Amino acid sequence: MSCFQTLTDYGLRSIGLGVRGLPKADISLCDQIVLIGSGMIWNIYFAVIALFLGFFAATTIAFAKNSSVALFRIPSSIFIFLLRGSPLFIQFFIVYETFVLLPKVGIDLNLLITEITIETRWLTRAWLGALIVLFLNTTAYSAQIFYGAIQSIPIGDIEAAQSLGLTE
Amino acid sequence: MFDYCVDPQSLDGFYWWSCYLTTVKHISFYKSFLVVFALLGVTVPLILIFGFMGAVARQSKLYPIRLFGITYTSIVRGVPDIIFFLFVPIALDQGIEYFRHKIKCPDWTDPIRQGNDFVVCQLAKMPMGSTEQWIHETYGFFLAAFAFSIVFGAFAANTINGAINAIPQAQIETGVAYGMSRKQIFMRIQFPQMWAYALPGLSNLWMILIKATPLLFLLGVQDIVYWARELGGTKTARFTYPHEDWRLGYFIVLLVFYLLLSWLSEIFFDKLTLRVTRGQATLSGINNKNSGNRSS
Repeated sequence: MSCFQTLTDYGLRSIGLGVRGLPKADISLCDQIVLIGSGMIWNIYFAVIALFLGFFAATTIAFAKNSSVALFRIPSSIFIFLLRGSPLFIQFFIVYETFVLLPKVGIDLNLLITEITIETRWLTRAWLGALIVLFLNTTAYSAQIFYGAIQSIPIGDIEAAQSLGLTE
Repeated sequence: MFDYCVDPQSLDGFYWWSCYLTTVKHISFYKSFLVVFALLGVTVPLILIFGFMGAVARQSKLYPIRLFGITYTSIVRGVPDIIFFLFVPIALDQGIEYFRHKIKCPDWTDPIRQGNDFVVCQLAKMPMGSTEQWIHETYGFFLAAFAFSIVFGAFAANTINGAINAIPQAQIETGVAYGMSRKQIFMRIQFPQMWAYALPGLSNLWMILIKATPLLFLLGVQDIVYWARELGGTKTARFTYPHEDWRLGYFIVLLVFYLLLSWLSEIFFDKLTLRVTRGQATLSGINNKNSGNRSS
């Protein structure tokens, strides 16, 4: 079997396209690379989306932690402490178990005008559940870095801005 | 455990809980917390040794030794931890069994690798198939601890190497001017001071190490994650203590345990940083010295 043939057969295997099973006999080096590379599609998916969304959330949380309003500062500090102080592995388990305990069908939210159903069954799927954990985790770690960065902005810059009459 | 625990079905409330939380399996769960501390206790000295040797190798004048140090740190740092945690124990296990096989069973003709299976003769099994269960578990634990040490040793080597380089060049030159040998310079100037520079990196490494301990579960060690899953799973009425899916509760206990551990470590490292920077010609060192004088 040629290498190109392997690629077309197994290239997108990890996302459910193409052959379901593994090659039966004599797995060549090319097969191995294609199969491992196919799994890596998921790594890229998780990394890109979690980092991209996490960037915006982290900036928000970093400013919230830097805020003088306790209502913003305390929850964001707790969030950062919880997610940075515990292992990612445990976070995965906790979030997964929480999602499993949610009702299978969905939660009915009774808004005054209409009734909407929040679908919860997707949450137990790896592609969404794991993404949520990775998103929260990377948010907490980046938020702490951004918070440190905000803290290290020279005080003179802020004073200069204030003397120019800039608002908060 | 208690006398009234003979018939758990008849109990409720406090008595039920006191019996439930003291079952044999729960005692194993509590003991498995010691596994975490044992892992930390075994790996930390090894990590420091690997880290120190790696750093010294990278500082070496001999090119092959320096190359070895650089290769070790770059490879381990460049590959995800979890791949090493899975790779090193399997590779070590199979490597040891392979050599024992070659020595103890020279007239064995079958190939060792049969498809996906790794087959060695009975005599070469490590530990022997007939040994007790706890020896197998301990052996697996030490393989895992070794894998942890290799991985974190590389990170420590990098940190310590940076710390040695961070010591001001002028101090080394002063040492040379006083006629100290290379060894004396290392032992009297570099070694005592490098800890202050290495400490932020090493404390960070410790935090990462704490958070890597649940990965022991992936290596088949019966650690806290194993027991939390085991005990928390749904128990039907056939069990002595039936309950629903309580895994979430057990994992929250683990979460609290890890939060406490990292919080206490943070306090400890803050204190230690104050101590090692005492009297050093840096901002924190001078501030610290002054405050020390005032209190004394």
